[in-house]
Amino acid sequence: MPAVKTTIGRRTLGEVIKRLLLFDLFKGLFVTFSYNWRALYEKREGGNPNQAIYTEQYPLERPRVSERFRGAPRLNLDPETGQTLCIACDLCALACPVDCIEVGSIRREVREGEKVNKKKVLTTFVFDTSRCMFCNLCSEACPTDCLELTQSFELAVYHRSGFRWDREMLEKGIDYVRYAK
Amino acid sequence: MNVAPNNQIPNSQGLVKGMHEQEVEIAPGTLFDAEEMVINMGPQHPSTHGVLRVILKLDGETVRDLDCDIGYLHRGVEKIAEHDTYAMITPYWDRLDYVAAVSNDLCYVGGVEKLLGVEVPRRAEYLRVILTELQRIASHLLWLGTHAIDIGAVTVLLYAFREREEILKIFEDFIGARLTAHAFRIGGLWWDAYPEFDKRVRDFLKILPGRIDEYETLLNANRIWLSRTVGIGILPADEAINLSLTGPVLRGSGVNYDLRKAQPYSAYPEFDFEIPLGENGDTYDRYLVRMAEIRQSIRIIEQALDGLPEGPVMAKVPKVIKPPVGEVYFSIEAPKGEIGVYLVSDGTTKPYRMRIRPPAFINLQSLRRLSIGHLVADVVALIGTIDIVLGEVDR
Repeated sequence: MPAVKTTIGRRTLGEVIKRLLLFDLFKGLFVTFSYNWRALYEKREGGNPNQAIYTEQYPLERPRVSERFRGAPRLNLDPETGQTLCIACDLCALACPVDCIEVGSIRREVREGEKVNKKKVLTTFVFDTSRCMFCNLCSEACPTDCLELTQSFELAVYHRSGFRWDREMLEKGIDYVRYAK
Repeated sequence: MNVAPNNQIPNSQGLVKGMHEQEVEIAPGTLFDAEEMVINMGPQHPSTHGVLRVILKLDGETVRDLDCDIGYLHRGVEKIAEHDTYAMITPYWDRLDYVAAVSNDLCYVGGVEKLLGVEVPRRAEYLRVILTELQRIASHLLWLGTHAIDIGAVTVLLYAFREREEILKIFEDFIGARLTAHAFRIGGLWWDAYPEFDKRVRDFLKILPGRIDEYETLLNANRIWLSRTVGIGILPADEAINLSLTGPVLRGSGVNYDLRKAQPYSAYPEFDFEIPLGENGDTYDRYLVRMAEIRQSIRIIEQALDGLPEGPVMAKVPKVIKPPVGEVYFSIEAPKGEIGVYLVSDGTTKPYRMRIRPPAFINLQSLRRLSIGHLVADVVALIGTIDIVLGEVDR
């Protein structure tokens, strides 16, 4: 199989003249200034790779977050009953490589229609976002699609205690300060 | 800057004796008359690409000797792996070479699949090739930007990151994360390609060759770039092999060794591509090789997109992964060279031993050979040209 050979050419007379006339300098500056010129009149459109201005104006302009993005965790509720979907099976805590999930549960008698069953019921759920590495293994282990990593990405807090998300926070999510344009 | 008299050289731990324990008396006139001077570069030096400490023994501006001090980013991934199940180890691999996380994942996941004897669906193999080659482009673009900024060409960084951003956006839509991807699962992929994936990648590949021409306009014709790279750190082919280098550093010296051809894995035997080689083995040739590799990666991705088969993306793998007793070595061609995993299974859910063969760690040992005789400013260019990532060097 022929390999691509990369060589350094010897200097010819034409190249010497180009060198004397600072051709290389102007060639490079042409590329830079062509972008400068376009930046003056082109509007920024998010996600367009051909645009000249690329910087995202973050607090004013919200970034486009993809559907599969792995951000802040959330415990989903059953949309019909409003009860948690979590069955306290502890699979997420077992799947977590950094042990950042603690599931608390008790065995309790639960009335289902006319029957009374003894069931495991979720009491507490602690998710340590400071240790989480957002690998999605917990969400993949969840049999009821309860634990999910969502698209919200602003996880900064003022105190370390704020990294420990309890059940209420996981179900409701954080209140963000939204900056208007 | 630490100054020590010329008779005190760094010991094997890389420490200069007498710097802190005792007062070093400098006889009048010896400081500037001394023939050799020992100084530290790093670990906070911006051009050491992370936390690398280089102890230089200088004669004026010329490097006489050099020693690397590593371990500042050591996290003990190999030991952590002994306590985690096979699926739990994959995210740790993203954090080795964190600018090429997808390639690392392919190595580990491929190793476990070889141990289990699982055959991955063809669609998953093709998607893996597309993602890994995109990651190779992203890694080379980041290398180009940082290497150029080390040497003094600042503009290229902005342009290279613009294109890298496009790749990261494709990754975010496909995998769910930009940097620490956790792209592959044992047995295939978690997600199938999203509907616009084909179009997004093709659009990006359409603009990329023009953008590479742009970088080359800025660099190849640039006389400062040429005088900083041509003839700097020449490494002959036999020495490169003796140092057991891999990746573009080896191919820059003209050795035709690429695991994608030499030891084909995944779906690579089905694609037509070439291995770019350098001739002189200097910093400029290694730059040309990487640029040519980006162009070859574009070819591979286009072929993979054209022939993308339909079907499932996940093989049937038991939920609890318990490989049979045995050991396996699996290696792939990562952007920086051969990354390999050696796994020993004792039949339980956790590996008995996992050993990582990192390309950057082994390539870094060529720095001493490359630098001796060059100037201090060239050491910066040479650290850049061997393309190290300290997350992988220290593990």
